[in-house]
Amino acid sequence: MAGDFEPKIVAFCCHYCAYSAADLAGSMRLQYPTNIRIVEMTCSGNIDHRVILNAFEEGADGVYVAGCMEGDCHFLKGNYRAKKRVNHVKKLLEEIGFDSRRLEFYNLSAAMGPRFAEIANEMTQRIKELGPSPLNKKENGKEGDGK
Amino acid sequence: MVVGAGIAGIQASLDLAESGYYVHLVESSPAIGGTMPMLDKTFPTNDCSMCILSPKLVECGRHLNINAITGTKIENVSGCAGNFTVTLKQSPRYVDLDKCKGCGDCANACPVSIKNEFNQGLELRKAIFKRYPQAFPNAFSIDKCGISPCRAACPTGVNSQGYIQLIKLGKFKEAWQLIYRDNPFPAICGRICSHPCQENCLRSRVDEPVNIMLLKRAAADYVYDHLDEITLPVPETQREDKVAIIGSGPAGLSCAYHLTMRGYKTTVFEAMSVPGGMMRVGIPEYRLPKKWVELEIQLLVKLGIEIKLNTQIGKDLDIDALLNQHGYKAIFISVGATQGAKPSVPGVDFDGVYTAVEFLKAINSGENIKIKGRVIVVGGGNVAIDAARTALRLGADNVQVFALESREEMPASPDEIVEAEEEGIIFHHRKGIKSIKGIGGKASGLVTIDVASVFDNEGRFNPVYIEKTEKDFEADCIIIAIGQKTDLSFLGDKYKNLSDGRIIIADTETFATNIPGVFAGGDAVTGPKTVVAALGAGKEAAESIHRYINGIDLKFERQFKVPEGNIATFRYKDGEVAPQGSIKPGSNEPYKRIKSFVEVNNGYTFEQAQQEAERCLNCGICSECFECVRACNSSAIIHSMAEKVFDINVGAIVLSLGFTPFDASKLDYYGYGKYPNVLTSMEFERILSASGPFQGHLVRPFDQREPQKIAWIQCVGSRNCNIDHDYCSSVCCMYALKEAIIAKEHSHDPLETTIFYMDMRTYGKGFEKYYERAKEQGVNFVRSRIYAVEQVDDESKNLRIRYANEDGSINTEEFDLVVLSVGMEPSAGVKELAEKIGLNLNQFGFVEPAPLSGVGTNVPGVYVAGAISGPRDIPETVMQASAAAGVAGAMLSEARGTLVREREFPDERDVSGEEPRIGVFVCHCGINIGGVVDVPAVVEMARTLPYVVHAEHNLYTCSQDTQAIIREKIKEYNLNRVVVASCSPRTHRPLFQETIREAGLNRALFEMANIRDQCSWVHMHEPEKATQKAMDLVKMIVAKAALLQPIQQVAVGVTKAALIIGGGVSGMTSALSLAGHGYRVHLVEKTDRLGGAALRLKQGMQGENIPSFVAGLIEQVRQNELISVHTGAEVKEVSGYVGNFVTTLTTGEELQHGVTIIATGGEEYKPDAYLYGRNDRVLTQVELEEALADGDGRLHGAKNVVLIQCVGSREPERPYCSRVCCARAVKLALKLKEQDPTRNVFVLYRDVRTYGFMEEKYREARRRGVIFIRYSVEHKPQVEATGDGLKVTVLDHVLGVPVEINADIVGLAAAIVAPESNKQLSQLFKVPLNEDGFFLEAHMKLRPVDFASEGTFMAGLAHSPKNIDENIAQARAAAGRAATILNKERLESHGVTAVVDPNKCAACLTCVRLCPFNAPRIRNYAASIEPVLCQGCGTCAGECPNKAITLQGYNDQMYMNMVHGLFKEVS
Repeated sequence: MAGDFEPKIVAFCCHYCAYSAADLAGSMRLQYPTNIRIVEMTCSGNIDHRVILNAFEEGADGVYVAGCMEGDCHFLKGNYRAKKRVNHVKKLLEEIGFDSRRLEFYNLSAAMGPRFAEIANEMTQRIKELGPSPLNKKENGKEGDGK
Repeated sequence: MVVGAGIAGIQASLDLAESGYYVHLVESSPAIGGTMPMLDKTFPTNDCSMCILSPKLVECGRHLNINAITGTKIENVSGCAGNFTVTLKQSPRYVDLDKCKGCGDCANACPVSIKNEFNQGLELRKAIFKRYPQAFPNAFSIDKCGISPCRAACPTGVNSQGYIQLIKLGKFKEAWQLIYRDNPFPAICGRICSHPCQENCLRSRVDEPVNIMLLKRAAADYVYDHLDEITLPVPETQREDKVAIIGSGPAGLSCAYHLTMRGYKTTVFEAMSVPGGMMRVGIPEYRLPKKWVELEIQLLVKLGIEIKLNTQIGKDLDIDALLNQHGYKAIFISVGATQGAKPSVPGVDFDGVYTAVEFLKAINSGENIKIKGRVIVVGGGNVAIDAARTALRLGADNVQVFALESREEMPASPDEIVEAEEEGIIFHHRKGIKSIKGIGGKASGLVTIDVASVFDNEGRFNPVYIEKTEKDFEADCIIIAIGQKTDLSFLGDKYKNLSDGRIIIADTETFATNIPGVFAGGDAVTGPKTVVAALGAGKEAAESIHRYINGIDLKFERQFKVPEGNIATFRYKDGEVAPQGSIKPGSNEPYKRIKSFVEVNNGYTFEQAQQEAERCLNCGICSECFECVRACNSSAIIHSMAEKVFDINVGAIVLSLGFTPFDASKLDYYGYGKYPNVLTSMEFERILSASGPFQGHLVRPFDQREPQKIAWIQCVGSRNCNIDHDYCSSVCCMYALKEAIIAKEHSHDPLETTIFYMDMRTYGKGFEKYYERAKEQGVNFVRSRIYAVEQVDDESKNLRIRYANEDGSINTEEFDLVVLSVGMEPSAGVKELAEKIGLNLNQFGFVEPAPLSGVGTNVPGVYVAGAISGPRDIPETVMQASAAAGVAGAMLSEARGTLVREREFPDERDVSGEEPRIGVFVCHCGINIGGVVDVPAVVEMARTLPYVVHAEHNLYTCSQDTQAIIREKIKEYNLNRVVVASCSPRTHRPLFQETIREAGLNRALFEMANIRDQCSWVHMHEPEKATQKAMDLVKMIVAKAALLQPIQQVAVGVTKAALIIGGGVSGMTSALSLAGHGYRVHLVEKTDRLGGAALRLKQGMQGENIPSFVAGLIEQVRQNELISVHTGAEVKEVSGYVGNFVTTLTTGEELQHGVTIIATGGEEYKPDAYLYGRNDRVLTQVELEEALADGDGRLHGAKNVVLIQCVGSREPERPYCSRVCCARAVKLALKLKEQDPTRNVFVLYRDVRTYGFMEEKYREARRRGVIFIRYSVEHKPQVEATGDGLKVTVLDHVLGVPVEINADIVGLAAAIVAPESNKQLSQLFKVPLNEDGFFLEAHMKLRPVDFASEGTFMAGLAHSPKNIDENIAQARAAAGRAATILNKERLESHGVTAVVDPNKCAACLTCVRLCPFNAPRIRNYAASIEPVLCQGCGTCAGECPNKAITLQGYNDQMYMNMVHGLFKEVS
């Protein structure tokens, strides 16, 4: 049942912007879906292909990487690098027939608490529409039981 | 001491603290940060203001050597440079900083909302508040502004504002409790009080007062409906002392209550058979049902008051016996005024004539009285009306009231009169009684006489009757209600002297009589007054009696009345509060109510009471309802906190008080404050800000609609000599551009933006390009003068701007929103502070800096930074801050390192080889987490995770006691990894890391799960899912923690010497500054002579003598033993990194230095237009200045001089403004005029950019007849040689026709260009240049003199064009920043750095090319990362093709483990 499906989404967030924006969303008590699991990074530039792929292998229904606004990277250019890498992984996913919409890159600043919540909504909605990841053993198993 | 904690104060503090000084940072508001947190984006990079400030806030807030003192102002300064004593006055915060966790539970509970000044009043905040979410200290504070007038007016001092607020929240029980502290008769006063509170209610300025009395009644009604729920207050510890009270009226019982609460044994003696005095027997049932009197007295008996009825003092007992035989320590006489007065008119003793008092007493005592026929009541007070209405209810056929006064003059309350009239009672005004008629000794009517006036000119009661106006009235019964008196017979002869025969004599404040131990109050002392006055007297008397018994002076430090100055005033503007009349309570229909004694007034329903309470304006802001105290789980709120005054001894003072935005409502024609869609730029910043009132949605506050057309009006409060603001605010052009660009980005539909301006002053680094970008993005620019902003007369409330174009034509245009670009004014308090310190202020009230000092003042040891000395933008402010820190540091160099503190930690335990043993501490955060997430369940789950050997939950994990617990548990369980699940690592990680270091663990062995900001706060309504998510977050962090390894910070020594490249003013200033700190300096100059470009300058903007200044600098440099000058030398080779550079010069010398400052200066562009170089009458500005100074022959007899601006600047090949030329042109023009006033001087310009106070000179030049003609870049002036001179042709913009000028001399404002040699230095030091060839700083806003790679700094024209004062400030700033490195014995690497596995490294150079900080180098065919340079972003690790690089604490394995932990089922 798609309605019951609660995806797990892993968000790799830069400490200086996206992670701070999540904190701000907290102080502002903005309510958003409970599906996001944040992994703190010093800079989105640190993200590696295999970490993203690994998250999908483990069963994540969606993954996103969030770095600073373009031109705002605390470390000058890490966010550009990250974006490039994420786009590359998206291509890889497409090549193996895995819906690349499950992976996204976002730019946001530390002051954008509302945007953080919006992204959480957006991504959750998107993944709910896509359904459980084909690699999500638990959800797929459940479906199997249902049949 | 640094005063003012905006960005300047923060930067100066950080630089000083890092340079080895202990800093006191004094800030008047409750949080550091200043203006920057309010801004949305910053120009020209458009990065988020809060994002860039936030790390500095945290660093400053946590710095061991910065003592941030908030809520504090300077009271006095004495002493001199090196030894100042500063007296500080700290306002109470009412919140204990050590205990407050910043959770916000208090603010949720607070009922008082006021305008949020941080959001420019566009939304509300609570009375207990945090200035902004990221504020440091991360603690709340309470806003109080005096005692509300209602509370001040009440004789019992009841906190009316407080209980009104509680009622607003529906907390009737708490409201009753608050009332009961001061007044034990809420039900009684809720019905019959004369309510002085309401008379003073400031809401009456808007419409009508809040019906406070009925609100009190509502609280009482609620509580007495739920009697089983209330808990009476508990008296203090019982004392042995007894007090006797004579009379159980309101005064007596109030006194007894307050004494009982203090633990005294009180006995009330009452002559009558019922207690309560007039409350019980004087006020009719239909106004005050007796059940309430009985109930409230019953509560007093429960509290322990003994009431002896039927005991008449003087008869059964006397005062002497009470004091001496019965052991009462004191007596309070409150016998009231219970006898009715009668007029001395004939017939007053007939039967059927009663006093109202005896009449009412008889009825209220239960006597069965029936009245028939006609009743006349004489009197105009409430008692008269009580008697009349009672008579009506007892069966009178008709009742008439005869009052001396007119209806308006009557002392009875207006409501009562209206109700009586409704019931059919007839009033006769201005009638006195001449006599009472009678038949057979029984009254049959009276004779009245008309009254001309009741009061004399001085307002005294002195009725004047009109002769021959007698009239007869018939009556069966006459009730006299003209006054009451006290029965003094109980005093006997012995105590006769206590009275004057009429009343008892007692002190009006303390209520002491002339007999020690005997006090008196209430009507017996004052004559008939109100219940509430009597209650107040009883309360005060209780305090006096307490003091008397304990031998305390009755008046010592005692406040009898709230001082006028402490009473809150009306703080709203006209029209700010929307009128909304008081809610009318229900009452019984008159025809029904006259049949019985049922209560007339129904009071408010609870809903009505809540609505009425909403009308309270919260005059005192904080209502002291104590809801916050109840809500705070960590007992942090202390309402009794007092102001503190204390001294601090400091060596130097840096003033950085910032600015105040101009109040645009002062200029009526802009309509600000009048029209809702005219906003200030600060308001607009908050609208744009994602953390602002509209969460970044671009809407009009007026109707929440997205605007389609926005106008900016420039120079509001700037460049305006009519209001003495004859200066340019320097930043408004840029921020208006920024706001226009950002607004376009925020808008869903295409947004039209127009900026109305006089000159576009985009003179700073990167600003001109920003201007061009704005044009490209479609921002309209209208060069104009504004006449007025008017509101369109329809629902849209759009605005019509009427303005004059440059050619004088008048236009109007309509906009949805108008933003006023308000200028800067000196901040409040600067004037006062300047007087205390003896600082010179300029004519506008800004601090006048010492000439050519950048940051100095006329007082040695006192420095300024930021807008306190004139409008400036953030980078200049930050530069000045670093400069002030540098100069102050140099002055105090002897004391360096003597006061700084360092934290000592025990040796770290070696955990290598140990299996992970993880301890997990889960925080409830009061109810912030625990209220949503099932914390014990999270703990249970955590116990099942791999390697977890201990898990527990804490109320506040960050509290001092929990820190101790964590340390104990580390020992007890031999933990080697610690996980805290609570709030954000951004704010709390350093705290916990310190804790585990104190327990001997490396700080890298700590991790945090953020289950508050990311979980309980954002999933408040989904507790189950939130708990599940909290568990997931803990699983992930525990999985990561298992892999944590200690990180050893690498340290390198520091060569305590600086290399400064460039021997101009900037280089020499930096050199002297660093030598002042005691560091060795190598000053390298490529020419053979020190002085640089300034050697050609003659005069500064303020007329300073530049040649002598430069010569002085050279002399000082030459004399200074710490400075070695290397002229004729350039840098050839550089190796090493921060702390340890080795530089080889072209002379072959090898220099070792810890830091480098690049101050290579700039050059004057050699123009190739306007006949420059081909005609000797065409000079550059600098050449012209030299010619003027040298008395050059070409100038003799030169009658027409034309100065052409922007020669080589603001052109496609050099798209930047050279910043200094407009001011220099004005200066030259003035000089030319000074030499020969008949000379014509023309300045051909594109925009006159005389920012700051240079605007004055511009105005002066115009006044002196210098002619300014604007040209556009498309139609540049033409210069042609004529026979004996030059002809300049320019297209006049006003006239639209070419103007020809026969010029003798043409001066060209040639651009400032970067030296070619910058390129080479850029490569040698691996530091970047911008497109224009100037050096590029690490951050345009907050690191204006730093390079991204540490240890190298820049100053002067090498950075960008600027004037000499600005260069000096920047040179001092570079030295100040350099000193923060040279101060250190060893430089430590940042906590988290990247490391290379050389076996995997293919030396592909990816990392080398990628790193912006130059940290990776190739050594032995493999990359190696210099830990001191690495900033820990990990981009190299992400990019490394062979995965040879890992970031410590954040590696791929950890990320993968986290994800694995998340998805693995816990067994």
